[in-house]
Amino acid sequence: MINLLKELCLTDSISGDESAVREMIIEKIKNFCEYKVDPLGNLICFRKGRKTSDKKVMICGHMDEVGFIVTGIRPDGTLAFDMVGGVDTSVTIGRQVTVGKNHLHGVIGSTAVHNLSKEQREKMPSMKSLYIDIGAENKEDTEKYISLGDCVYFDSEFTESGSHIKSKAIDDRAGCAMMIRLIQEQPEYDTYFVFNVQEEIGLRGSRVSAFSLQPDFAIVLEATTASDIDGVSGNKKVCSLGKGAVISFMDRSTVYDKELYRLAFDIARENGLPCQTKTMIAGGNDAGAIHITGKGIRTIAVSVPCRYLHSASCVINPDDFENSYTLVKKLSERIHEL
Amino acid sequence: MDIKNTLFELSETSGASGNENPVSATALNMLKKYCPDAEIINGNVTGRFGEFRENLPSLILDAHIDQIGMIVTYITDDGFIKVGNLGGIDRRLLPAQPVVIHGKNDIKGVICSVPPHLSDGGKDVPSFDDIAIDTGFSKSELENMVSLGDTVTFDVKCRELLNKRVTGGAFDDRSGITAILYALELLSNHKTKYNVTVIFSAQEELGERGAKIGAFEINPDIALAIDVSFAYAQGEDEMKCGSLGKGAMIGISPSLSREISESLINTAKANSIPYQIEVMNGLTSTNADQYSVSRDGTKACTISIPLRNMHTPVEVIDLNDIEFTGKLIAEFIKGD
Repeated sequence: MINLLKELCLTDSISGDESAVREMIIEKIKNFCEYKVDPLGNLICFRKGRKTSDKKVMICGHMDEVGFIVTGIRPDGTLAFDMVGGVDTSVTIGRQVTVGKNHLHGVIGSTAVHNLSKEQREKMPSMKSLYIDIGAENKEDTEKYISLGDCVYFDSEFTESGSHIKSKAIDDRAGCAMMIRLIQEQPEYDTYFVFNVQEEIGLRGSRVSAFSLQPDFAIVLEATTASDIDGVSGNKKVCSLGKGAVISFMDRSTVYDKELYRLAFDIARENGLPCQTKTMIAGGNDAGAIHITGKGIRTIAVSVPCRYLHSASCVINPDDFENSYTLVKKLSERIHEL
Repeated sequence: MDIKNTLFELSETSGASGNENPVSATALNMLKKYCPDAEIINGNVTGRFGEFRENLPSLILDAHIDQIGMIVTYITDDGFIKVGNLGGIDRRLLPAQPVVIHGKNDIKGVICSVPPHLSDGGKDVPSFDDIAIDTGFSKSELENMVSLGDTVTFDVKCRELLNKRVTGGAFDDRSGITAILYALELLSNHKTKYNVTVIFSAQEELGERGAKIGAFEINPDIALAIDVSFAYAQGEDEMKCGSLGKGAMIGISPSLSREISESLINTAKANSIPYQIEVMNGLTSTNADQYSVSRDGTKACTISIPLRNMHTPVEVIDLNDIEFTGKLIAEFIKGD
């Protein structure tokens, strides 16, 4: 599953143009299930299980990653850009990126520290003061290679070190990888799998795919913010790497179904799987759109704890990833008993 | 000699100030092609070029081998590595930055970044006290792999941009080293006007320390410090910057030898080598500041390669400028 995750993370697809990662996923699942792509680009799959149930279950995750979009070309040939999804300036300056379909290399630089005043050194520059340098000499030069609206991706290595994996886009290619594996290993019951678009710009893909399917239950697979880092203590860690899948009772967009929440912890306990909840009401995911779709959908989210989410250096623990997978697999079976 | 490949190999080999060994070994190997007797003397890669003849003035070609970085100061109980800075680091761009810790073996890590839900109302930019590196290893594992005092550098690969522009993490001052190696290549089979000693000097970023002892050791008549300087980019002061692709920046400053500055300008003109003038008003913050006042004094000058985003993992230069710089150095030194 790690190799699959690597392949998914290194495929560039920001919100609004998820085609590259979608095509890759289709290649992996087309021999195992029926699938269609809806008008927004969501990939909706039906996987026949060993058994049929009267309950309709949807497992979903999102294909899009955060990044940037080219909004202008300046006279000096540099690119003006805006972020797609929430990206902090501090994880934007001083990074390599790739731009457009041809993946031209570029950098997001900044004024040399030598030339900053004392005040400037202590203040984050505004996102709009940043630019992308692709090495062009002027605007005409840039226009040969770049069009307005071109997507911009973080250029980041996938590395494994100690008990950590580091990459861009683990949010939410981790969810995509788990779903691909679930499809390939036949599930116990008939299951719908949805690879959503546009989560990062406001939970938009999941809103329409959930409407199309109108399932009884939804299991959202995600990567969620862990801040168990140096200098952070107690509840502010939110959740921790190495302590298993994260099941939250509430976040910024959803109060989760209590029965499903309890079921997940019961399964974890019975199977000796580590499992944790969030200790702050923070973050949000597609569950926010899904649980209030149509007449309402009973929803749970299972997340892999992830440090430095929405940067080029997301960090997870592979054990959490594997444990999350096992938990989801068992949950997708037991949910039919409710 | 392939300028791009040489620069990339040098830039992707680590050498934070005070721990230049890995890149010094690489550079020494490259220098030996032109200076077979080259060796490392007190941290400085040093080599004599060509046959030394009596009565010729001596000249040092200097570029610094070190790069900015960090140094391990503590390992926390939770396995995070605390660091101090080596040279001027822009703390604004540290969060979530990938790094390499040069312990017994190289270990990859990521600098911790406080997520937005916790940073509300907090400090905008972390101070070095707040900086920690996340490695995926526990304290006890780290204690077998990392020692206090080990160095840390940015984990970054060099990339080609459009035209002849390139980006990398240690172009300051591996660009200068590449330009000198290229100049030596151009000078192969030529007589020189000077007895030339090449120094790839250590610890420039900590206050030009390697150059200070190198200057004393060699005691030259003339010293050329080949370094990088600011290329104009948005956010910089256009009047105080050079431009990418427009040639070597020849320094003019009260602390430099006006005679050498003018001689370099005349050499560039006579050989139609693109150049730019960099005017400073005192010290240059380069190794030239040490050479000029070493022993009984040295005629020193700076030749700088324009560079954007100095001291960041995304420094940008134009390879043409390395070529122009190498040519200028070679023509300045070439004898009849």
